[in-house]
Amino acid sequence: MKLKRLLIGGAAAIALAGAAGAEPVKVGMITTLSGGGAGLGVDTRDGFLLALKNAGEAGQQVELVIEDDQQKPDVAVQIADKMIQSDQVDVLTGIVWSNLAMAVVPAAVAQDKFYLSTNAAPSQLAGAGCHPKYFSVSYQNDNLHEAAGAHATDAGIGKVFIMAPNYPAGQDSLAGFKRYYKGEVVSEVYTQVGQTDYAGEIAQIRASDADAVFFFLPGGMGIAFMKQYAESGVGKPLIGPAFSFSQDILPAVGDAALGVKNTAQWSKDLENQPNAAFVETFQAEYGRLPSLYAAQAYDTANLLLSAMAKADLDDADAFRAALAQADFPSVRGKFRFGPNQHPIQDYYVREVVREGDVLTNKIIGPAMADHGDAYAEQCKM
Amino acid sequence: MLLAEQALNGLQYGMMLFLMAAGLTLVFGVMGLINLAHGSLYMAGAFACAAVAAATGSFWLGLAASLVAAAAAGALVEIAVIRRLYARDHLDQVLATFALILVFSEGTRWLFGSFPLYLTLPPSLSGAVMLPGGLHYPLFRLVIIGFGAAVALGLWWLIARTRLGIRIRAGEADREMIGALGVDIARLYTIVFALGAALAGFAGALVGTIQSVQVGMGEPVLILAFVVVVIGGIGSIKGAFVGALLVGMTDTLGKALLPGLLSRMWDAASANTVGASLASVLIYVLMAVVLILRPQGLFGAGAGR
Repeated sequence: MKLKRLLIGGAAAIALAGAAGAEPVKVGMITTLSGGGAGLGVDTRDGFLLALKNAGEAGQQVELVIEDDQQKPDVAVQIADKMIQSDQVDVLTGIVWSNLAMAVVPAAVAQDKFYLSTNAAPSQLAGAGCHPKYFSVSYQNDNLHEAAGAHATDAGIGKVFIMAPNYPAGQDSLAGFKRYYKGEVVSEVYTQVGQTDYAGEIAQIRASDADAVFFFLPGGMGIAFMKQYAESGVGKPLIGPAFSFSQDILPAVGDAALGVKNTAQWSKDLENQPNAAFVETFQAEYGRLPSLYAAQAYDTANLLLSAMAKADLDDADAFRAALAQADFPSVRGKFRFGPNQHPIQDYYVREVVREGDVLTNKIIGPAMADHGDAYAEQCKM
Repeated sequence: MLLAEQALNGLQYGMMLFLMAAGLTLVFGVMGLINLAHGSLYMAGAFACAAVAAATGSFWLGLAASLVAAAAAGALVEIAVIRRLYARDHLDQVLATFALILVFSEGTRWLFGSFPLYLTLPPSLSGAVMLPGGLHYPLFRLVIIGFGAAVALGLWWLIARTRLGIRIRAGEADREMIGALGVDIARLYTIVFALGAALAGFAGALVGTIQSVQVGMGEPVLILAFVVVVIGGIGSIKGAFVGALLVGMTDTLGKALLPGLLSRMWDAASANTVGASLASVLIYVLMAVVLILRPQGLFGAGAGR
């Protein structure tokens, strides 16, 4: 009932199978399509579908099964089992939340399925828990927060109040921020995942002597916090990773977000040809601006297509090598994988601006160049 | 100063819980019905407020719509479904009202989609005000406290001073007898149910305004509202009020103070984690203690009910 199934191009794929030389690849997408985190999953799905559509005939070689995980780990595990056992997918992708990824990914790769992450990339899977069949196309969880820490240091902010939800990505977030922040952390607060009332945390921010607030609250959590923060009259400046000021959040937050600095590996105004094409076709197809999640899913689909063009999925080693080459036109301009199959890429500082009557982000400078992650050394494969 | 602000937060949370629990305890006390769908009525009120506020541009009309829509939904549900359940045992009631949750959730998703909706406060209610003592506090949270207190007074007056209140109390004491005395018991039940629903819808609209309006928003609150009803004593409005404030304060102050206390013993990260988990357990500890000392609840009518 809550599960929505979408089979794309099934019949067409079979009809065309002979032509391109490759067999259709069956991809299972588990993502969040309902509740407070729905905006992230919807953008993930739409970005992925757009890449398949833009690829034309090659895109029809991908048969996509999409299901809603409701942002619940137990539901995600059930869907993964069903996709692996009865749908017999070859590749899994799409999970937004790290606690869901930790519940699904280790079991999926152990059953010999490829997992390409469009978003969640917990530290546990980047270090000792890395796996030849697991690729993160987005980042490693700490990365955007490391860039924010570097930016806060560069901006000369002396004291910060830091806050994140209590789940793997939240812990990675604060660890990442502190790794590159040289000032003083006056208070470190973990909130509940899915929390909607931040009155208590805002009272603590008001009482602290911090100069700025660093927070990581993706999806509906960020919207609730930003609205309540604006109402509270606490004027301390905010910094955060792109998730806290992503395109899915800005319309609901409104002018309270104007001028806020955030860090990302992508922005819609990043100048390169694939990105221009992505932003233009996304707007034409869906009538809204793409978010970071859409960009990451778009890259993930293109990575998959690039590997399908080079190798047959039946030859897992060749397919994995083709994936690792990352030979696809990334919307981030340059993109390559490090030894633990996580990206080595550039990070930027963005600012929330108003363009016409929509709020969006604009790059104002670099934060980190050719940055990998802190866990690659612990990965043995 | 921090403590004062956290106490106000606790008070505001408690008032919100009271609006939810008042309807639940009335329905439970008067009709002996366990209504799991109470959270859905809370959600219905929030969505009605968001839809009307978006269509007319007036937050106040939205708030009025939340009362009307939730009361109408409550009356409709009572007449169509709940009425058939009074004679059945609690398991049938739980099953049927759980089914109603699913119907409401999917229906709302069908109408409004899965994306959360966000309400914008009118300028007259937004921003922070300076309280005596120099504390800045969001105006709208004070307004919620005010609304909660007004509803509590209004309900007390309704139950204690009006003819309808007499009937409700009589219905609670002995429903066959007041039926025999010529009171239209079916209509009384519909009115009580609609009243409870309206309060839940009102709470949903208020909370939706500071948080977000989304499918499934009612269920987490429903669980806490049941805790409040159990602590306060089933059927007692006074109990619901005291219980709601107790739960609101315990939860908020626990979350605010425990991590600080624990960080004297452990490092910040684990103190945070343990403190937050302990704080969420606190209200259930409170419930357990109340149940041990007074099994009928603080203001319950007696252990036999």
